[in-house]
Amino acid sequence: MFYELLSTLQDANTQWVLLGTILLGIASGVLGSFALLRKQSLIGDAMAHAALPGICLAFLLYGTKSIGWFLVGAALSGLLATYFIQVIINHSRIKEDTAIGLVLSVFFGFGIVLLTKIAQTENGNQSGLDDFIFGQAASLVGNDVRVISAIAIVLLLVTWLLFKELKLFTFDRQFAKGIGLPTGLLNGLLMTLIVSAVVIGLQAVGVILMAAMLITPAISARYWTDRLDRMVIVAGTIGALSGMLGTILSSMANRLPTGPVIVLAATVIFLISLIFAPHRGLVSKGLKLYRIRKIVARETVLQTLYDLSEEVSITNKKIRFSKEALLSRRKMTVRKLDSNLKRLQKEGYVHHIKDMWSLTESGGSKAYEIVFNNRLFEIYTMYEMKFASLQFAANDVWDYRNIDSSTLKELEQLMAIHERTPKLAPKYFGKGETFRKENSSQSAKKRKKEVKSL
Amino acid sequence: MKMNPIQVSNLTVAYDRKPVLQEVTFQMPEGKLIGVVGPNGAGKSTLIKAILGLIPTASGSVEIYGKAYRTQRKLVGYVPQRGSVDWDFPTNALDVVLMGRYGHIGWFRRPGKKDTAIAMQALDKVGMKEYAGRQISQLSGGQQQRVFLARALAQDATVYFMDEPFVGVDAATEKAIISLLNELKAQGKTVLVVHHDLQTVKEYFDWTLLLNKRKIALGPTEEVFTVDHLQKTYGGRLAFLDTQVSPSYVVQP
Repeated sequence: MFYELLSTLQDANTQWVLLGTILLGIASGVLGSFALLRKQSLIGDAMAHAALPGICLAFLLYGTKSIGWFLVGAALSGLLATYFIQVIINHSRIKEDTAIGLVLSVFFGFGIVLLTKIAQTENGNQSGLDDFIFGQAASLVGNDVRVISAIAIVLLLVTWLLFKELKLFTFDRQFAKGIGLPTGLLNGLLMTLIVSAVVIGLQAVGVILMAAMLITPAISARYWTDRLDRMVIVAGTIGALSGMLGTILSSMANRLPTGPVIVLAATVIFLISLIFAPHRGLVSKGLKLYRIRKIVARETVLQTLYDLSEEVSITNKKIRFSKEALLSRRKMTVRKLDSNLKRLQKEGYVHHIKDMWSLTESGGSKAYEIVFNNRLFEIYTMYEMKFASLQFAANDVWDYRNIDSSTLKELEQLMAIHERTPKLAPKYFGKGETFRKENSSQSAKKRKKEVKSL
Repeated sequence: MKMNPIQVSNLTVAYDRKPVLQEVTFQMPEGKLIGVVGPNGAGKSTLIKAILGLIPTASGSVEIYGKAYRTQRKLVGYVPQRGSVDWDFPTNALDVVLMGRYGHIGWFRRPGKKDTAIAMQALDKVGMKEYAGRQISQLSGGQQQRVFLARALAQDATVYFMDEPFVGVDAATEKAIISLLNELKAQGKTVLVVHHDLQTVKEYFDWTLLLNKRKIALGPTEEVFTVDHLQKTYGGRLAFLDTQVSPSYVVQP
């Protein structure tokens, strides 16, 4: 296996082909990123399929295999197909997806008819046109690679030079037009770049799967970064890797079509991205959700204990609560409550006598903090306009410790006005019953009223 | 003679021969906050887009400080509707604001240190400095609107066009936008704002342009924003409650 790999790599022809597929992988990854962000991934698919009749016609007219004419034929029929799609959208009630489906199948069908016709002619067998369906990198000869590489490099160069303009155009076309960018020209240019990237990949990857080379590296790259420049680089790298893997694997196996192998390689990279990418990946998202659920459950238990204690503190009842009392205040599954109580007990925040649970002093101060924070947030939402200077992004954490002292003071005052200030200081939980006796002179009536209003 | 920042003559816009704007002619004075008010489908956004050359016009001309808009682009700043772009685009707040510099930077070149400094300053002005590096999809609606505003500030223009900047933003952002508009006015800049909350027109704008396919009225708000004009603009869709003292208007669908 290893020797086989080594000998494959030492073969001059394979090296040559590798260079071609790597470059075209980069080009399709880079331009695929733009196609994806412009929501034109499917147009790429249509163009690839529609290229087939163009290639066949080029062969029929020119009489022999020629990469130059093939590219011209493919580009022309691809562009013609996109033009038809636009016409259908503009002049009928048919939507884009349907229009793409219609045009794509008609062009592809016509291409297959022509292909069969060519296969029946004398020199048809040697035409190598079959390779265009599923792609055969090994069929690339020196001249093909030179043309493909040259075009790929030109595409990359143009993208690099006009990166700023293409970015603005893709993000906000109206603004781009407003500052005077020729958006019509840019649109045509970007379309041409994408068509060219598709067309140079047709022989190696095939008309059926070329769209995957445009979409898969780009969408995989989107998982890894939130910046366009990095996304383009990552997409290019993934495209290059897929091209390389596909070429090596398919040249090691006898006449295995390159396209499917390249696409499979790209898809494996996509799956890895989908699952493991930081922030956007499934694992990362799942972990985040798990962590949030854990924190919320823990805070809920502490807060419930605190709320109940606060209410009971004006009566003569004991500040100990059964699980049922906790559950009736805030619903959660019994198992979740059990596991949270157990963990909190281990940390020394709660303790229990028989089945009655209460907060310890450290648990009291923890719970006080949580309740204080949550009630402060309540007050903030009531007076959002007044505290306009406090800004919180959609997913920022609310924590009173991040608020400057003067604003905090104001919020606390408002909290007092609305009688939402937590009324049990943490030390209360340490001293327990004795503390309550000492403070019984505190206007119990007022407290009762306050608690009722909660 | 002092030149008008915005001079629109005989502007007509039509989609498929049905006119959206009909022979609109007006001049805007310098250094004013101007509200463009009218019912849905009155062509308010179309007016801005036509002035900026974003859509083809059937007839008419637009001059910015006495010259064709094409030659005066650098004097003009534009805030499109927030919903007109995909906020999941892979870029951060600073990057979007930097786009406001592209017109000054020119082709091929990348934004430099000076541009970054201007962009940061603009972000600071809208209270978004801390969010410079944040991915734009993670911003709230109001914050996204502020980023758009900062981008227009980075354009360093003298005439601004804003398309519904108050739609879908929180109260705090609305307040921030208004104080920013007043700051621009204090610098002698002219700001044209498409607006559709009649309640706040008198409070926010010095001048008002009432529009419903045609120009109904233009002038200082206290002169123009009258029941008579509003009825002409909104037709039967407007019910007047309590017309005497402080009128509040209800637009009926």
